[in-house]
Amino acid sequence: MANACAVVGVGQTRHAARRDDVSIAGLVREAAERALADAGMDWADIDAVVLGKAPDFFEGVMMPELYLAAALGAVGKPMIRVHTAGSVGGSTALVAANLVRGGVHSRVLTVAFEKQSDADAMWALSSPQPFSPPLLAGAGGYFAPLIRAYMRRAAAPSHIGMLVAVKDRQQALLNPYAHLHMPGINLEMVEKSPMLWDPIRYLETCPSSDGACAMVLADAPTARSVAASEAAGGRPPAWIHGAAMRSEPTMFAGRDQVDPRASRDCVADVYRQAGITDPINEIDCAEVYVPFSWFEPMWLESLGFSADGEGWKLTEAGDTKLGGRIPWNMSGGVLSSNPIGASGMLRFGEVAMQVRGAAGEHQVDGAHCALGHAYGGGSQFFSMWILRDTEP
Amino acid sequence: MTRDVAVVAFAQTPMVRRVEDANEVELVMPVVTDVLEATGLSISEIGVTVSGSTDYLIGVPFSFVGALDAVGAWPPIEESHVEMDGAWALYEAWVRLQLGDIDTALVYCFGKSSPSASLAELLALQLDPYVMAPLWPDALSMAALQARAGLDAGSYTEADMAAVAARSRNAAASNAFAQVKDSPPAEALLDEPYLVAPLRRHDCPPVSDGSAAVILAAGDSARRLVSRPAWIRGIDHRMDTHAIGARDLATSPSTVAAARGAGAFGPEPADPPVAAVDVAELHAPFTHQELILRSSLGLADDVSINPSGGALAANALMVAGLVRIGEAASRIWSGDADRALAHATSGPCLQQNLVCVLEGD
Repeated sequence: MANACAVVGVGQTRHAARRDDVSIAGLVREAAERALADAGMDWADIDAVVLGKAPDFFEGVMMPELYLAAALGAVGKPMIRVHTAGSVGGSTALVAANLVRGGVHSRVLTVAFEKQSDADAMWALSSPQPFSPPLLAGAGGYFAPLIRAYMRRAAAPSHIGMLVAVKDRQQALLNPYAHLHMPGINLEMVEKSPMLWDPIRYLETCPSSDGACAMVLADAPTARSVAASEAAGGRPPAWIHGAAMRSEPTMFAGRDQVDPRASRDCVADVYRQAGITDPINEIDCAEVYVPFSWFEPMWLESLGFSADGEGWKLTEAGDTKLGGRIPWNMSGGVLSSNPIGASGMLRFGEVAMQVRGAAGEHQVDGAHCALGHAYGGGSQFFSMWILRDTEP
Repeated sequence: MTRDVAVVAFAQTPMVRRVEDANEVELVMPVVTDVLEATGLSISEIGVTVSGSTDYLIGVPFSFVGALDAVGAWPPIEESHVEMDGAWALYEAWVRLQLGDIDTALVYCFGKSSPSASLAELLALQLDPYVMAPLWPDALSMAALQARAGLDAGSYTEADMAAVAARSRNAAASNAFAQVKDSPPAEALLDEPYLVAPLRRHDCPPVSDGSAAVILAAGDSARRLVSRPAWIRGIDHRMDTHAIGARDLATSPSTVAAARGAGAFGPEPADPPVAAVDVAELHAPFTHQELILRSSLGLADDVSINPSGGALAANALMVAGLVRIGEAASRIWSGDADRALAHATSGPCLQQNLVCVLEGD
């Protein structure tokens, strides 16, 4: 039986297209220091550091955990570097959580970052696929055909993606850390933006950001004492009630890339662990990895928030807005901030803030149970957790 | 209180200078197949899979994604990847097994350095990108600085270094997977010119391509899969600062701390660092690094050091650390050793170190 583990501190940077004001070390420290402050801890309180990021080519530093060891207070301590494609921010949090759940450590700092302005992410995201000509079309070029398949399969009206784009950018206006702040964002602005990869318009795609996210994970005795401390301000820890990862190969005949089995298996596992049988009614809010607008309805279905073919109806009805039936991506999501290596951890950290009641203007009233989600590769790597404000 | 977990299977490819006819999938597939066949497990019976590799060797982002095809991850599997040597992938798998809900783990890693025109120069990209990497110090020169620090401190001599080289390459003669075998006598090696002073060619590792895989199993599962499991009695890893100017390069505090965490020394913090083991597999790519590690670990003269030949005989990056654990476990399985120590390193000048203590029943 795994030990209990909770998030007791969350920190993130201000995300921007270029953070020329900080080095890579400065960027990760900005997030880590905020997470430590949130937990009322100092560097010396930390037992181990788990760092995550997407390909090293994004910054041109090979295995940067070596260079960042001192900046993250890891000298003399264990330090692990995780890389699982776009899901890495989530996987990193889960690897860190396992150090606590497995009884190895009591207080673990986990950090994920990307400083995409240091290199050409578009090139790094155009990895060669077997038996395919190199398109160099980035992630959007890879995912657009899957979206078109979804639209046909679900008979979804063509404006659904634009609704997601507007909703997430409106919610980002409530998040001071978000990269994109677009006051007055509306459907017409999205519709008139250039078509990049049909049906993905410019404003339906995620930005390329510099940014970092950090969390402090703690065992039950530590979490209880942090919660009782002045630093916590009466906020509860965010307790892990379910955590899972799943992977499947990129391509083989018959693989359903629109609704991958690894997604279905992963979410079934976290729901089983958390005792959730009716997600839309038992979960109060979710931060889900939506780098292109249409992935909201696609994941609504895959994650069991709606019947097959009906995810877009929740989006169309406004149910996924803040104040709606099941708010998704209260922070503005990946569509509003996308430091790739950190994007998954931002999802995981946002739901921790939500169940702790620490999400500020984008707080969901009465958020007691939330789903954090990340995916990566060709919709093939998944990491998820369920957090609650009560100890398991 | 940790859960008993053992190394129950290990496989490696022959380590060679250049694998021309296999991509990463084809490099990994034989070793994954070997460890699954050795245990009779199918991939769907494995609880978790963790791999280790780095994109910079192959020059392709997300290179680990393609390697997943070697595993046959269908139905979907619980899987994760570290951009580190496979020894750290094994560590992550060991941690995962501590949760108690699964009993087996597959660990694999691959490293293909041959596509790089100069591995030593490529490794400069591991350095601080603002103040170090622009100077482009190659890995041999960095290691030479460390070797010099130990010589200046009087920790060892160039003759000691040559003796390590000769012993390692001669030991490798009986290792079918080793790349560099047999050595002239140590005294003769000292007649050779310097490559980067004080390092001679024999002080340096070969550049290798290869892969390796391990299966871990907990408790009764381990006993069922192998007659004499190599139990992981302790495993820990630590980091030193990256700023080599701020380190005493002739010592390895992170190795001492990792060994203490892994229970290689006595229980009291004041106990002298003496790892009482029958055999030690040390990931020391350079001869002087073995001498620094031996001294840090307090290994007695009668401990068998690197009977496989070690990283001086074959040094596939991201693989050589896991191979040390596999080689140490093999000595337990065979009954040649009752207690073994395996070590892995990462980064310039032994920056990060992992120590794993293995025991037979």
